Amino acid sequence: MILEVDGLQIHYHTAGGTVRAVDGASFAIPEGRIVGLVGESGCGKTTAVRAIMGVLAENGRRAGGRVTFKGKPIDEATTKPLLWRDIAYVPQSAMSSLDPVYTVGTQIVEVLTKRGRHGRAAARARAAELFDLVGLSESRLGDYPHQFSGGMRQRAAIAMALALEPSLLLADEPVTALDVIVQRQILDTLRALQQRLKLSMVLVTHDISVVAYLCDEVVVMYAGQVIESGPVREVLGRPRHPYTMGLRNAFPDLMSDALELVPIAGSPPDLGDPPPGCRFTPRCPFALASCSTQAAAIGSRQDRAHVSACLRDGEADHLRTSALDPVTWQRSSAYATS
Amino acid sequence: MVDAPETSVVVPPRRGRGQSILPVLRRMAAMPLKDPFAFMGLLIYAQFVAVALFADQLAPVDPLEILFTQAGKVAANVAPGAEFPLGTTNLGRDIYAQLVHGTRSALAVGLSAAIIVATVGTVVGLVAGYFGGTIDAVLMRIADMALSLPFLPFVIVLTGFLGASTSNIVLAVTLLLWPNSARVIRSQVLSLRERAYIEAARVTGASHRRILFVHIAPNILPLSFVYAAIAIGWAIITEASVNFLGFGDPTSVSWGMMLQDAFTSQALSRGQYAWFVPPGICIILVVVAGFFISRGYEEVFMPRLRGR
Amino acid sequence: MAALVSVRDVVKHFPVARSLGEVVRRERPVVRALDGVSFDVGAGDAVAIVGESGCGKTTLGRLMLKLVEPTTGSITFDGSALGGLKGPALGAFRRQAQLVFQNPFDALNPRFTIYRAVAEPLVNAGIPEAEHADRIAAAFRRVHLPDLDRYLDKYPHQLSGGQLQRVVLARALVLAPRFLVADEPVSMLDVSVRAGILALMREVRDAMGLTAIYISHDLALVRYLCDRTLVMYLGTIVEDGPTGEIVRRPRHPYTQALVAAVPVPDPDQSRAPLPIKGNVPDAREPPSGCRFRDRCPHAFARCTDEPPPLRALADGHRVACHLEIN
Repeated sequence: MILEVDGLQIHYHTAGGTVRAVDGASFAIPEGRIVGLVGESGCGKTTAVRAIMGVLAENGRRAGGRVTFKGKPIDEATTKPLLWRDIAYVPQSAMSSLDPVYTVGTQIVEVLTKRGRHGRAAARARAAELFDLVGLSESRLGDYPHQFSGGMRQRAAIAMALALEPSLLLADEPVTALDVIVQRQILDTLRALQQRLKLSMVLVTHDISVVAYLCDEVVVMYAGQVIESGPVREVLGRPRHPYTMGLRNAFPDLMSDALELVPIAGSPPDLGDPPPGCRFTPRCPFALASCSTQAAAIGSRQDRAHVSACLRDGEADHLRTSALDPVTWQRSSAYATS
Repeated sequence: MVDAPETSVVVPPRRGRGQSILPVLRRMAAMPLKDPFAFMGLLIYAQFVAVALFADQLAPVDPLEILFTQAGKVAANVAPGAEFPLGTTNLGRDIYAQLVHGTRSALAVGLSAAIIVATVGTVVGLVAGYFGGTIDAVLMRIADMALSLPFLPFVIVLTGFLGASTSNIVLAVTLLLWPNSARVIRSQVLSLRERAYIEAARVTGASHRRILFVHIAPNILPLSFVYAAIAIGWAIITEASVNFLGFGDPTSVSWGMMLQDAFTSQALSRGQYAWFVPPGICIILVVVAGFFISRGYEEVFMPRLRGR
Repeated sequence: MAALVSVRDVVKHFPVARSLGEVVRRERPVVRALDGVSFDVGAGDAVAIVGESGCGKTTLGRLMLKLVEPTTGSITFDGSALGGLKGPALGAFRRQAQLVFQNPFDALNPRFTIYRAVAEPLVNAGIPEAEHADRIAAAFRRVHLPDLDRYLDKYPHQLSGGQLQRVVLARALVLAPRFLVADEPVSMLDVSVRAGILALMREVRDAMGLTAIYISHDLALVRYLCDRTLVMYLGTIVEDGPTGEIVRRPRHPYTQALVAAVPVPDPDQSRAPLPIKGNVPDAREPPSGCRFRDRCPHAFARCTDEPPPLRALADGHRVACHLEIN
């Protein structure tokens, strides 16, 4: 495992109180694999990744848990020297994170010379190499970010992230704002890069189709916690947690002729005052009385590759069949009060 | 999906739910409580307003009346004392009375300039920003021309042509100050115009007038306020400067005139500080107060300026 | 049956900021947002307009609601040309044609309570205030927010995205319109909320017999909502047909690439390279002839010389391509 996150807790201190954006998340990234970190907005996936990189907002604090990179524990203080060099980060809307005042080439060269201790000439050569790697023409190194299209800017941001040959790439919603054809091209580029450079990758997204396309493994987060994780085929094909089952229903499949969309009633809980027990309870059609007081711990990945945090994990196969029926989803208490 | 059952609840007609301007006014009233500088500014303003209102009671002497001593001579350059708190001018006029009555002139100038600048600036900004096209181009060219004029020289020239009166000074000041607020308001309107809810208003059939007054104006009015507060300070300083330079109305009672008088009668060489220091302080106080108030409202209505 | 909405040869050009050289040379570059679009929408139809950014779909939606005027061409609603509508006739049109917005947080005036926002169309239409309450209640029932008191006095920032979008929909329905244009109605909503809004839109459309246009970049969503799909590329329609057909047997090379590019939740989906080259060209200078030719794997000489007309195939399916379609 190149990266291990254990019981991570990130709190934001706001005027309205403390928001527990990440509340006990545990997952691991195997070396050389692409792992998708998936969940809806507010589930904590972006916060978790920012915390790993040590680039949290000013009012965010790591309140607990351990992050281990290549066997060594890291925290906000120790990540700084690792940034760019061993762990690279492509933030959300990387397209707007490129400085509009400098040419893209200049920005890459700056990364290479300031943090990589390359000489200027070597840096320029490497910048050209990087552009080639991500599928951009070398002649565009002298262009400014506004002269690039959205997809090209994203490629440039990826090129910058790869400048110092990191072993781990954290990409936050890298294709969300892009058109579908460009999106596919970027995803293909990421896959090619991963294979060529033997990178480990974490892809944060809300789109399980993207995860299905690109990722080997997937970690599902809900309301600040990891509720399921495992190989992509397992988690998407045979989900064990009711949330994942519901999520699957909520994505219309282009190719299927079935024309039923089954929504999950209700909305995620307020993280300023999280409920005890399992946080999905009000929206879960399979909730037991004990679910609102006692949360299941996610299983350890030592025993099994595919784990889920559900008290009824043993009945997962049965629940899954039931989840395919739209009527089942009307049994949640959130549906009753909607 | 099962249709929700028809409810037979009768919803009573609610008149005027959610006045959009009320929360804005409430916020504007609450602001000074949060910003100590603005609070002080408001206190200072309040004091000056009180002085202006009760000037006759506070200083029952005619500020332009030449006063005589018991012995029948002109009570010139009397030092501050019991009878004359700030002394007298070289022509025997009560300085304290001039200071107090001068408040009226200052506030009148400041407030009338502020109101006119705010009104003209807002209307121009709204019209130019909303309608765009030729109207916008024409209005902004006029604004540019006004902005390119040097301030004090223009005021002096205008009063030279039209006559040296306080109202002409106010006119000159407003002619030069309206473009600033107009431009900022216009750019606010430009960005508001693109918002989805303005488009929604159009789609739901709202007329241009309705969109301007109901949807856009409430978002703009706080800005008008900010610029009005700024205009007060500018107007007062300009009036004082014009008067000090001798281009103002010599029969007016104002702080600027006091400074002019003091200067031309060489009060400094006589050490007559009580003559020119008080009006100078008053001018500074009013302008600074205006500045802090406008800063306070700026923070409320454009919160990007708030520190993280 | 006569079409409810008829779009004929609509062209829309936007002037673009000129460089000094262009000013000197008296050139007026334009962005050709729409370049000759024609189609009909029958009453009760649900039509999707699909394409990537810059294809003109948003502009087309705005044109159909008379929020923008075409440079040339005409749009007819219920027999009347939109271009000539003024005064009371325009008011009448506005009551019958409404828009659902992409961003629910921006579609409502943040200073207005929900009540006031939903009452706005009623006020503009001159409906007496006594009737407002009932109409608003009916609209809220339609969007499954029956608990009115919970919402009416609140401000937009106090509601969630899903609730807001329902309010936006309620506002669009409060005058019982005949025609609804929805511009990316769920793209800014959370994933688990989308399905609910989509289901609601389908239900409302069926219940009220609305004629609906859905503008989207998401083919999967469109498949759920619409029987017919128009695929646009750089301001022209390249394919027009039943949605199922478009997705299962796309005829135009662009549609083929588009369909192949959409990821699905299946980990075993195809990862074959897309049948498309390069990037979207500059909208100010689209390629001559067929606009897709510089990215098309099958382009040949004729494609450069003449733009392909939108031709009808057997089942009413229309394609704009020079290739012999079998």
